[in-house]
Amino acid sequence: MAKNGEKLFIKGNEAISRGAIAAGLKCYFGYPITPQNDIPEYMSAELPKVGGEFVQAESEVAAANMLIGAAAAGSRCMTSSSSPGVSLKQEAISYLAGSQLPAVIVNMNRGGPGLGDIGPSQGDYFQATKGGGHGDYRTLVLAPGTCQECYDLVIEAFDLAFKYRNPVMILGDAIVGQMKEPVITREVKEHDAAEGTEWRIEGAKDRDHRIIKSLFLTEGSLAGHNQALQAKYDDMAKSTKQELFETEDAELIVVAYGSIGRIVKSTVRKLRAQGHKVGLFRPITLYPFPSEELNKLAKQGKKFLTIEHNLGQMVEDVRLSIRTITDSDFFGFMPGNLPTPDDFEEPILKSLGGK
Amino acid sequence: MSEQEILAFDKADAIVDVPTHYCPGCQHGVAHRLAGELLSEMGLTEDTLLVTSIGCSVFLYNYLNVDSVEAPHGRAPAVATGVKRARKDKFVLSYQGDGDLASIGMAEIMHIANRGEKVSIIFVNNTVYGMTGGQMAPTTMEGQKTTTSPNGRDPMKEGQAIRMAEIIAQLGGTAYSARVALNNVKNIRKAKKAMKKAFEVQQKGLGFGFIELLATCPTNWRMTPIQANERVESEMIPYFPLGVYKDATAED
Repeated sequence: MAKNGEKLFIKGNEAISRGAIAAGLKCYFGYPITPQNDIPEYMSAELPKVGGEFVQAESEVAAANMLIGAAAAGSRCMTSSSSPGVSLKQEAISYLAGSQLPAVIVNMNRGGPGLGDIGPSQGDYFQATKGGGHGDYRTLVLAPGTCQECYDLVIEAFDLAFKYRNPVMILGDAIVGQMKEPVITREVKEHDAAEGTEWRIEGAKDRDHRIIKSLFLTEGSLAGHNQALQAKYDDMAKSTKQELFETEDAELIVVAYGSIGRIVKSTVRKLRAQGHKVGLFRPITLYPFPSEELNKLAKQGKKFLTIEHNLGQMVEDVRLSIRTITDSDFFGFMPGNLPTPDDFEEPILKSLGGK
Repeated sequence: MSEQEILAFDKADAIVDVPTHYCPGCQHGVAHRLAGELLSEMGLTEDTLLVTSIGCSVFLYNYLNVDSVEAPHGRAPAVATGVKRARKDKFVLSYQGDGDLASIGMAEIMHIANRGEKVSIIFVNNTVYGMTGGQMAPTTMEGQKTTTSPNGRDPMKEGQAIRMAEIIAQLGGTAYSARVALNNVKNIRKAKKAMKKAFEVQQKGLGFGFIELLATCPTNWRMTPIQANERVESEMIPYFPLGVYKDATAED
């Protein structure tokens, strides 16, 4: 395992794998699908070396359900996939949320709907942030924009999963998963060995037996359960994360996340050099959405433009966040093509000059 | 206790003392009790992690005094795999009905057997979907009327009843596979012995243990409990032969 401060030149997918192992990953269950295959490949070779379990499941469905078992036993566990595979995992993710079990699910988003393509896209934003599976539940969603964030956020994801007893999703794409960057590893604080012992299944000795379930048939019990879930989601909203870049004196704030946020940052730099007062707001937590931070900027009189690699999904959350004050323009870069910073110049300048 | 009452046997420590919710004549209760007695007799109660599935038997967790987790429909073998990989030191038991195991969960049961996961699965075959109200199962027999095969199962359109114990026996990681029945005292005794073998192969680390129990569902068969037991004998056992299909402890 990487030592504290070691500098590596690795892909985002490898950074996620290394970060997960550094965070104490004990069980990984996966199934091959492009563009995330580096993760199961890395895990198959490296996880057993540190005493962990790797299973190549018979399907994405099985892999996600293996998470339920390992999580119920209190193990730090993870699966990874890409869009169509994540759709297959949604039932199990709903059960994880309903059973209040901690697990990390990585989605290296590709183009869709259906089989789509294997290239980058942000088409799974709705699925990731609005539930995805059945029932009233939410998944905490973190969106890395760099390989370093791939490493850091997966470590954070395990802590959040256990803090809230809830599934946490890392939402990346083929850009951040496949590109190589320097990543500085860090020594991760050992998690408490007693983590989960108050609720996990471990054998009923000297106490009543425990049942981890999501079935609540007695009248009123499901309502109580849903209230408890909602209270968790409210609490999560207190610690959202975002990057603010050149926002102070900006007239126009571009809202973009993940790889696209990263590319927009280059556009903002270029336009700033030309004297345009533009800035970037990059949500890192996608659920809960950093509404309060965005609302503060709206109160300062900023204009907004949301840029996504899809037909318009996060823009709905942006509009909800600022709706009492202003609105946001939208520019959707079509999935199926790869954007460069130049592609965003024209829409940003148009929004800056408009209204 | 009045003078007339005689305590015939002690309740096993793995069994919770609660009234049953099952229909009269249903044999889930018999299967639960055999499992509970075995866990107690084998000293496994405190070391067992139970996976319960969907259907009437989901409430097994209310009857066994062991820690448990609930699996989605068909996925109990995947959940059990996750439990066992996380806690190799524990005894992992799962319990599924025929719709759960042989229809929606066919992929998961085949692959857990093939991987040879060290877990034990009890499979209750009563040839019908119980909790959902008597629809056709993969084990519904030719000509059997159900709410979704109202004219009787037609093999030309709906296929034949699937024989799971034989299929599971052929997979690489299976250490034990057998079919038993719960229709009379003699067969119940044999069933317990077979279940014990299925549990033992897990304890010995030999591989996957599978036990198919032929059981009744008088409510959905529209029969009395006695008629239901007779059907097991006259119709089910001839098509689903009782026996041991694989036993790794008997080889060589």
